[in-house]
Amino acid sequence: MRIVGMAVAIGLAVVASGASAQQITGAGATFPAPVYTKWGEAAKAAAGIELNYQAIGSGGGQNQILNRTVDFGASDAPMDPAKLTEGKLLQFPTVMGAVVVIVNLPDIKANEIKLTGEVLADIFAGTITKWNDPKLVALNPGVKLPSLAIAPVHRADGSGTTFVFTSYLSAVSPDWKSKVGASTSVNWPAGAGAKGNDGVAATTHNTRGGIGYVENAYATQNKLVTTQLRNKAGQFVEPTMAAFSAAAASGDWANAKNYAVNLIDQPGDKSWPIVSATFIELPKDPKDPARSAAVMKFFDWAYGNGDSIASGLEYIPLPAPVKAAVRSVWHAEIKGPDGKPVM
Amino acid sequence: MIFAAAARFAGAFVLILLGAIIVLLFLGGLGAFSRFGPIFLVSAAWDPVKEVFGAAVPIYGTVVTSILALIMAVPIAFGIAFYLTELAPVWLRRPVGTAVELLAAVPSIIYGMWGFFVIAPVMAEYIQPFFIDSFEGIPILEDLFAGPPFGTGILTASLILAVMVIPFIAATMRDVFETVPPVYKESAYGVGCTTWEVMRSIVIPYTRVSVVGGIMLGLGRALGETMAVTFVIGNTNRITTSLFGPGNTIASIVALEFPESPAGSLKLSSLLALGFILFVISFIVLAISRLLLRPRLKT
Repeated sequence: MRIVGMAVAIGLAVVASGASAQQITGAGATFPAPVYTKWGEAAKAAAGIELNYQAIGSGGGQNQILNRTVDFGASDAPMDPAKLTEGKLLQFPTVMGAVVVIVNLPDIKANEIKLTGEVLADIFAGTITKWNDPKLVALNPGVKLPSLAIAPVHRADGSGTTFVFTSYLSAVSPDWKSKVGASTSVNWPAGAGAKGNDGVAATTHNTRGGIGYVENAYATQNKLVTTQLRNKAGQFVEPTMAAFSAAAASGDWANAKNYAVNLIDQPGDKSWPIVSATFIELPKDPKDPARSAAVMKFFDWAYGNGDSIASGLEYIPLPAPVKAAVRSVWHAEIKGPDGKPVM
Repeated sequence: MIFAAAARFAGAFVLILLGAIIVLLFLGGLGAFSRFGPIFLVSAAWDPVKEVFGAAVPIYGTVVTSILALIMAVPIAFGIAFYLTELAPVWLRRPVGTAVELLAAVPSIIYGMWGFFVIAPVMAEYIQPFFIDSFEGIPILEDLFAGPPFGTGILTASLILAVMVIPFIAATMRDVFETVPPVYKESAYGVGCTTWEVMRSIVIPYTRVSVVGGIMLGLGRALGETMAVTFVIGNTNRITTSLFGPGNTIASIVALEFPESPAGSLKLSSLLALGFILFVISFIVLAISRLLLRPRLKT
């Protein structure tokens, strides 16, 4: 009797470990890596899927999924539509995030400085070089701005954060658009580069007169001195979850091809101007349908149960209609070798 | 028989591997070479948006940081080697010598973090503002020490590189100084030379070629150093006259841009071409150092 009981227990243990070993691998953007990791931890217990996510950068993630060496790719910049078609990939968003501006000025508190997109573009282009420039003084009446050289700090490594930030500068400044443009790495006209969000934050912190841009989560966790920005409606907004959500809600999801929605410089009095979604790319003709099914099961679980984890890390969850649309696209577009839907 | 064949294979394997790396780097960079031609070597552009790339800034940064590092490192390394072979009491020679060798074994990421979190703030807070203020208005010096005090930049990178190559150069120098036959030195002391005179007239002339070889070995290390430099160089694609200005080296730009370069793109090709150029530079430097060191290391 005892032996039978033990055999059953061992059998159950084997079954249990077999179920928890349903592994999926993904690679790509560093920006959503914290939330994917947390989702992975939670989903391991709740949905029996173990996520192995390698934050190697958006470009790397796109390369890896085009070569099909991982189950899914992740990128901050939406993939080129021609490449999506060529690689037979489906693209869908997971969460949204914001980029904020940080400064290092003596005696300046968080959100005390007001900036516009045009002035920000001029600062990073090196045409505004002093903190007491008339343009900055005009924007900040009542704030004592020192006669200090502005030291712009940008990302040195290719980065989705840079893509979002330069997209914003291109949207608000025609000059920036024609001279520099938007990409994961650009030809910066001024300032110094630093590696990663932590590098930008540390260099800004070390340099008196420094100004940089980081993901919001990073700024919040490290209590960095952020600034206000003027949005499209002409209002100055502080970087808060409410402002990010307002921008996210005004995105035109219905007409965005491949869900490559533009959340930069959205209308609305309360909208934060630098918000962006981050994306997953998944093969439409998976070689191993079971693994692709597990990927969709994972993100289905995350859509249903991961919102509070995402907000806890200062990411913005997707609106419910978008999630519903993505779920139906999974069913319609991703087919196994037998032509039947995987999900 | 079998052992000889295996050894022969191992020897050939190294050559094949080396050749394969060179060929692969060259083929990978062919896209950039054929697209831009020889202009690639002298163009200072690096614009991923418009897909225009050039190697001038990284090559400049690599060469300048390495040479500045050698200017700082060689006198100190010479001092260490001189002390260890001539002045230090015998019981102290081994521990200090071992310490120097241990310094060479510290991983470069440690130097990078030390540079970024310790040296860069000191540079930004005290050293750079001091130089910028004191040289303001003096021609040339004013340009050499200009710009916002980021803390990172060419000079900081050179400083870190100097610390990293000192143990290499010092260890090589000590080894070749020890190859000087004692009878030479003793006869020099015998005719009343001071320690310094012995060093200058006997030891250095005897080992000159090998000392230069050791310096080249340090240069080889400085040229290819990636992680530590990436942390502190400022990573900007501009050639500045200021020593405090940010720059780029071949190794750092490859490390930073590689993850965001899509397969088959001109950017990836340009990075591989840069890798090829670095390979060629390092190869030349190492070949010279081997050539110069050979006569002494054999004895």
